[in-house]
Order: sequence, then C-alpha cells, then structure tokens
Amino acid sequence: MVSAILRLTLDQVEIRRGGRCILGPISLTIEGEGITILLGPNGSGKTSLLRAMHGLERISGGKVSWQGPKDRVRARQAFVFQSPVLMRRSVLDCIAYPLLLDGVGKATARRRAADRGAEVGLGDLLENPANSLSGGERQKMALARALIRAPEVLFLDEPCANLDGRSTREIETILQSARADGTRIVMSTHNVGQARRLADHVLFLHDGLLRESASGCEFFTAPATPEAMAHINGDLLP
Amino acid sequence: MNDILQGLAEAGRLVITLDPDLAEITARSLQVTVTATVIASAIGLPLGAWLAVNRFRMRRVVIALLNALMGLPPVVVGLIVYILFSRSGPFGVLGLLFTPTVMIIAQVIIITPIIASIAHQAIRELWADYHDLLISLNTTRGQRMRALLWDGRRALMTASLAGFGRAIGEVGAIMIVGGNIDNATRVLTTAIALETGKGNFALALALGFVLIALAIAVNLALHMLSRTERGSRW
Repeated sequence: MVSAILRLTLDQVEIRRGGRCILGPISLTIEGEGITILLGPNGSGKTSLLRAMHGLERISGGKVSWQGPKDRVRARQAFVFQSPVLMRRSVLDCIAYPLLLDGVGKATARRRAADRGAEVGLGDLLENPANSLSGGERQKMALARALIRAPEVLFLDEPCANLDGRSTREIETILQSARADGTRIVMSTHNVGQARRLADHVLFLHDGLLRESASGCEFFTAPATPEAMAHINGDLLP
Repeated sequence: MNDILQGLAEAGRLVITLDPDLAEITARSLQVTVTATVIASAIGLPLGAWLAVNRFRMRRVVIALLNALMGLPPVVVGLIVYILFSRSGPFGVLGLLFTPTVMIIAQVIIITPIIASIAHQAIRELWADYHDLLISLNTTRGQRMRALLWDGRRALMTASLAGFGRAIGEVGAIMIVGGNIDNATRVLTTAIALETGKGNFALALALGFVLIALAIAVNLALHMLSRTERGSRW
C-alpha cells in the first residue's frame, strides 16, 4: 500500500519557546514504506519534532506539508504518546473511541475494538477500567486505539520507555505487523538496541538539530558524525 | 431547646400521618427545584465544557464574571424577575407572576452560574488530561465537549447537586415572585418563613427538618444510583 497523504516534507522547521530555539531549523522528507526511527539523547528534540510533524506543536518558522486536503491528512494519522492518555472508560471503549468519532455504530465499533484488543493481547481486560492497566498494558491499549482507524502514518513517542523487556518485545511485534500491513511508522527512541531492531531509516537528532539521516544498516555500520558514533557506542554525549 | 424537641415531634407526626398540606408543599418544593436544576444543568454543564475547550479574547472575564455571579443575591434576582413579569413589565402579558413557572425561572437564574462554574473547574482538569489525545484524533469542538461531559459525568453531578442544594433552600427570590400563596405557590422554605412569622415555631421547625431530610435524601439517592465512591470507578 502506498500512502496517499505522504510524502511529508519539512522545510526549515523551527520551534522556539521562551526566546530559545529548541528545535531546528530542520528539513527532511518522509515517504515510502517502513519504520523511521528518531534517535537521540533526552532533550535532543525528538518529541517536539514528532509533535510538529503531527501538527500538535505550533511551529515558529518553516513549513510542514502533507499531500492532500487538510482534513483527510489529519484523519489518516495517529499518535501514541509517551505516557498514554487514558480516558475514563473501559479498555474496550477507549479503543473503540476513534471509530465512534468517525460515526461507526456503537455495536460495530465495540466489536472491532474487541478484535483489536485481542490482537494486542488485552483480550481478558477489555471490560476493566482503563486506569487499572499496568504500564505495558496501557501502551498496548494506546497502540490498539491508534491502529484501529488503520492510519497511513503512525507516530510513536518513546512507546517503550519505562517498559520491561517482555512488554517491549510484544510492542515491537505489534509494530512489525503494522509495518507489514503497510502503515508508515515514525517513532522516537533513545534506546539504541530498539533502533537497531526496528529501523529501516534513522534520523539522528542532537541539540535540536538533525545531524544524520541514513538507512538503518548504513547508520549503524558507519555513522557519519562523532555524536552518532558516541550515541551508538553508549558513550555519554556532552 | 424545648421548641426544638417539639419541632422534632411535630415533624415526626406530620410525616407519619402523611399530612396532606405537608405532602403538597413538599411535592411543590421538589417539583420547582428539580425542574430548575434540570434546566440550569442543561444550560450550565455545556457552558462549563464550552468555556474549558475554547480560547477566546474575553474568556478570563467571562469566567471571573461567572464566579462572581455565584454569589448573586436571590432577593435581587427575585426583585428583577418580579419587575420583568409584573403586569407592566415586558413579560407581563404572559401572566406568569405568582405561578410555579416564574419561581422556576428565578431559580434557574440563581443556580446556572453555580453549576456552570463548578462544571468548568471539573472539566478544565479533565481537558488537561485529554487535550493531546482529542487534538490528535482530529475531533470537532462538539465531539470534544461531548467526550468531556460524558467522561466527567460524576464530577458534573456534584455541580448539579450544588445547584440543587442552593435552590431547595432558597427563599428570598421565590417568596417575591411566587408570593407564598396557599395551594398555589407555597413551598417548604416560604412556609417556614410564614410559620415563623406567625410564632408557630413547632410547625416551622417541623417543616425545616423535612426540608433538610429531603435534601439529604435526594443527594443519597443520586449517589447510590450513579454508584460514586466505589472501588475502581471514577
């Protein structure tokens, strides 16, 4: 499946807050298929960049452009936050909510949400209140909710931060299968191992600037900048 | 002290014998106040949600004004409604003065700001939680307000109950616009005022205890129906 709303182009995008430039200027394009990993240490601007792409963050300069009319572009993306937003509803109703927004009937929405929930391994917890879930389960619920509209582009902001190995593996499996279904994934992480496992393409950020953009295998075998090299090797960046 | 005991005894007697006058004015109290609370909630709850999700130039002023209106003196509201609905007033032709309808109108004016203000506080916090998700999901303003009102319904019940509490115990406005007419507009609070004036303390106290019991009963009933404060529910 070739996405209709890609490609995504950022042209000299800048975000300034309180007189300080926290991101950019950054220019890049995202198109084609696969998983793009935003890699970089804390505070390097990964979250701001993701939010700017998705349209959640007000940009101070430059331009973010998608293909097609604005409403369609907005409706065909989904975003998974670092700490999942829990609605005060049951797990099932949380997952079904985006379908209800699209005008899908309640019974149909709940049935499809139940299928999605089961796919991500929440089958036994669907009737529980969302806030009773554990950290890993919350993230899986957020993933199911994001995927239920079958988005063309899925953004994830550190979905596995604070999760143990098992939950991380389960989430990576879900992401791989979404990728196989043709969802274009853009995800931030500061975990080099995870980046290595998932990345088709890597964008390396440092101090709010895009320092490197390369295919996954190129990036990990021969990083072009000393900062990227240090990050891959687990050295602490200044 | 003796008066209070007598009042309690009288209250017990009135309730046990199902005194028809008591039943009538209690029913009217409930009818007027419940109707006013329903109407004020239908206006105030969406208004609170609307104020929480919208950003506009005069927003702070509107919220400050709403908070100030919570302290609206009922007597003044009663006076203004009286003037508006009196024979020579703009709504005089409707002939509503000294009817339960105009009492409901006065109470709606008094409690709508309370309900809207408390609802706004509750929904503002929920909106802070939901903001990113609802923006990300490309929701319309209407959809955002609906999600917030539905998911915040238990906190919003508190807002409505606060309005109910203010209205059921209110006497200044409904005395003026209703006139405390026997068999027509007499409610518990105006009856208490009347009996106190006549020096009939036992009956006045009895009515007072019935009023308090009524307020508690309505609150308890709603809490049980909506099952708040239970384990993992919100």
